[in-house]
Amino acid sequence: MTMASASANPPVPLGRRVKRFMSDYPVIPLIVLLVVLVVILQLIRPGIVNERWIANTIKFAIPLALLAGCQTMAMLTGGIDMSVGTVATISAFVMATQVVSIDPASAILLSLVPAVIIGAVNGIGVGIFRVHPLVMTLGTGLVGFGVLQVYQRTVIATGSDIPDFLAWLGTGLTYGVPNALLLFVPIAALIIFTLKYTGFGRLLYAVGDNERAAKLSGVSYWKVIVTLYVASAVLAGITGLLYVGLIKAPSLTLVEPLLLPSVAAAVIGGTSIFGGRGGYTGSIIGALILTVMTTMLTILQMPEGARRILFGLIVLFVTAAYIRIVEDR
Amino acid sequence: MTAYIRRNSWVIGLFALFVTLLVFTKIIQPDYDAGDFGSLVRAALPFAFAVAAQSIVIIAGGIDLSVASMMAVTSVTAAVLMNGASEEFALVAVPLVLAMGFCLGAVNGILIVVTRVPDIVVTLAMLFVLEGVALLILGSPGGAAANWLKVMIVGTVAIPGVLAAITAWIPNALIVLLVSVALVWIPLKRSRLGLSIYAIGSSQLAAFRSGVPVSRTKILAYALAGLFAAMGGLSLTMSTGIGAPIPGPYLMASVAAAVLGGVILGGGRGGIVGPIVAVFILRLVRTDLTLLSVDPNATTIIEGTIMVVVVMLGAYLALRARSR
Repeated sequence: MTMASASANPPVPLGRRVKRFMSDYPVIPLIVLLVVLVVILQLIRPGIVNERWIANTIKFAIPLALLAGCQTMAMLTGGIDMSVGTVATISAFVMATQVVSIDPASAILLSLVPAVIIGAVNGIGVGIFRVHPLVMTLGTGLVGFGVLQVYQRTVIATGSDIPDFLAWLGTGLTYGVPNALLLFVPIAALIIFTLKYTGFGRLLYAVGDNERAAKLSGVSYWKVIVTLYVASAVLAGITGLLYVGLIKAPSLTLVEPLLLPSVAAAVIGGTSIFGGRGGYTGSIIGALILTVMTTMLTILQMPEGARRILFGLIVLFVTAAYIRIVEDR
Repeated sequence: MTAYIRRNSWVIGLFALFVTLLVFTKIIQPDYDAGDFGSLVRAALPFAFAVAAQSIVIIAGGIDLSVASMMAVTSVTAAVLMNGASEEFALVAVPLVLAMGFCLGAVNGILIVVTRVPDIVVTLAMLFVLEGVALLILGSPGGAAANWLKVMIVGTVAIPGVLAAITAWIPNALIVLLVSVALVWIPLKRSRLGLSIYAIGSSQLAAFRSGVPVSRTKILAYALAGLFAAMGGLSLTMSTGIGAPIPGPYLMASVAAAVLGGVILGGGRGGIVGPIVAVFILRLVRTDLTLLSVDPNATTIIEGTIMVVVVMLGAYLALRARSR
């Protein structure tokens, strides 16, 4: 069939058409890469890819994918949110220490308060004072970490606990399907829907693509940005709650290791760091790719150093290849 | 003269702030003397080099997330090279490590130019790679440093004709810092390359159309940042006597101090003096908070708040200046 259509359209070579197809559907090459990685994994260690493994991979990819959601939204406007690691850690830590004395629902609500505050400060700094998002979110992250350290000393004697329902959500399986999907699927659907079909989503793209044009068309820039960063921080807070249910050991740097990978996942997923282009579907697959890659590097039993080198090189290579595919027209 | 002041108002303001802080320190702690100042400078040394590296790259319109990892790599390399070697061998090891930093920085630049991946992603990937390299070179903190290198940043040196009371306040570490930064920065600032770096930072397209070799300039900017990072790595080995493969907190600190120091993210504006003064201010604030016996954990909050407030203020002033 391919040959028939190729001969019908002789001026367009096959390679060119494949490339155009890929740039029209940028998620396809990512899915292909994901499948290839899984196949390689199966070849390295036959039999590893089974139901249990898939469930586990998804379980660990979900927190990363959620944080990548924060980055995707921020990056669409040309920003970035480096405070998500701290925000998620704060929510997890506050919840785990407060749940000892108050009921879980209030503890969870309480734990999202710092997230809203940090998000609002980020939004005000970026949207109204026009501070560079990278600096603003690094700064609030630093302040948040300091506050967390001080808070830790006030609760050092109370101990911590994880509500059963969060542990169930984080680690549990129902018929082999991770329960975390109950949280993730609605959130992911909401993000994708918001970005694609609502006014707010279009505003994010508009602001990131051409801020001046967006402002001239009557977009209230600061409202968009403040809403965005508050949403991002709340999402990060929820991620923290889920992640502590998965890891079950709250610490002061719980979610910090996911920060840079979350940026990588969004970038691999095809969201432009300069704004205006990308989407959440790609970021989800990016998170899956990174998780599978981590498993693969662990299985190869390389020294920690070599593992990090490979991780860095793969992130770079995938992004470079992806940019070639999507941008070369 | 007034034009000079107006042009450098931010840096002069920072200097004034630093002096005020020094006086304030002397008031709250009458015992604060030249020796304490010496240790302040020694503690600030790696931060100062890190921020010098970051500033060059930001001026050129990029950002280098790999700066802390690069310092770790160069630091362990220096420590391994000098481990068990003679004192004289350090004379070879130091230039070798500096060259290595230059090359690693150039690799950053080349990757950015060749792959066309955004700076932030390339240097993020390099952060992981270099972290890995450092771990492969040295699995756990170890190695050694030549004795004369360690002594080089300790104490003061007598300058003939200058009162001892004054030289006491000029620690060797400060001289090392000023000399090594000046050796790179002053020729650079006066050269065509320096001008090109500012040009590609303020507008890549305009620079390209005026015939600036954009790719080459970018690679060289990253290479120079690598050179400074190597100096930072060396200063780490010099002050601790060993090399540690885990990167220190220099990434966030370098970005923060660069911005505080008047380098504008996005490129094209700022210098290298302001950021280095900013490093000293941040370190001195930390000392003061300790002297005031503030909870060390609260220190992080105060530092972060200072950074956020100053940056917001700076952005607000820039905004007003633009709209006028």
